[in-house]
Amino acid sequence: MRGYLTALVVCALTVGTIGYLLRSRRIREKYAASWIALAVAVVTVGAVPSVLTWLATLLGVQTPVNLLFLVSGVVLLIVCVQFSVEISQLEEETRTLAEEIALLRLDLEDVRSQIPQQGAADPDARPSGAPPA
Amino acid sequence: MLVVIPAWNEEDALPGVLREVRAVCATEQSLSATDVVVVSDGSRDRTAEVARAEGVPVLDLPINLGVGGAMRAGFKYALRHGYDAVVQLDADGQHDPAAIPALLGAAHEHGADVVIGARFAGAGSYEARGPRRAAMRVLARVLSRVTGTRLTDTTSGFKLAGPRAVELFAAEYPAEYLGDTVESLVIAARAGLEIVQVPVAMRPRQGGRPSHSPVHAAIFLGRAVLALVIALSRPSSHTARARLHAAAEVKA
Repeated sequence: MRGYLTALVVCALTVGTIGYLLRSRRIREKYAASWIALAVAVVTVGAVPSVLTWLATLLGVQTPVNLLFLVSGVVLLIVCVQFSVEISQLEEETRTLAEEIALLRLDLEDVRSQIPQQGAADPDARPSGAPPA
Repeated sequence: MLVVIPAWNEEDALPGVLREVRAVCATEQSLSATDVVVVSDGSRDRTAEVARAEGVPVLDLPINLGVGGAMRAGFKYALRHGYDAVVQLDADGQHDPAAIPALLGAAHEHGADVVIGARFAGAGSYEARGPRRAAMRVLARVLSRVTGTRLTDTTSGFKLAGPRAVELFAAEYPAEYLGDTVESLVIAARAGLEIVQVPVAMRPRQGGRPSHSPVHAAIFLGRAVLALVIALSRPSSHTARARLHAAAEVKA
């Protein structure tokens, strides 16, 4: 009975954390679906362990726990691959932004060098327009 | 034409290289309309200031992207400012700017889009030894097949890109290890660009010596082959080719 309680607490914590992260927008919605699905699965298996046994017989897995390990391994693998893809995309985006920043900086330098000395020598160029005392 | 000099913490060697380029451009008739831009690749020393002090515009990248990243920024700059050709020249003084007219000549003579300044092609005394040399030979042989011309030095950073190549490389120039050499050649070849090599003399590097250990050579070859296989198996070159053709039609 105590083992069942442990499982329930872990499930509740998992679901609670994911819910909190989603609500506080620390996980973006495009990742939300897979995490919600995972949370639901964890809750189902945690609350009704017989679901696992039923699934194991259905799929022909002799020991239900092995099915759990297999599925969790596959899920982790998928998540890792997805992260690799996302990181690669982010790196490419960062690279493009860095290039644009460098190009813009140079443009800005060019434009600045074309503007005659900012106002200092010419009182009329002051934004206030007030005549010098 | 634009000379792009990717520089990462090269404040010592850079002024000399810039002066040399200027001297060559002043004497050579064919280089009269040549500009220079330094790409400071997230340098932490005074590379950018040193270049500006020499009166050369600087693309100052906020983070280190590697040679490939620095060069793509250079190609974008060239494309946006309407340059016909880009010469990539290292900031460490390894490449002799006096060879730029030879690259340009080869581009005109063969109608080539990419001209490689190659080290082991007869000129100069630069030699890699031992396993590294063997690894480079294997690489050269495979890439000669891919590009349809005889190449002896595929990892040279001394290259000229013609108008079509500038357009292609501004969009696609890999930032990965060996991406600026091996993979970029594959991308160019598969987009239907013409590649040739010209023998050039290289000077010894200021600092740092190439490794001669077999382990390093094996790792180098392994990574190069991996880069090559991935580049060759990529389907995107079809879209690159299509884009180039579309761009050519728009201009025509």
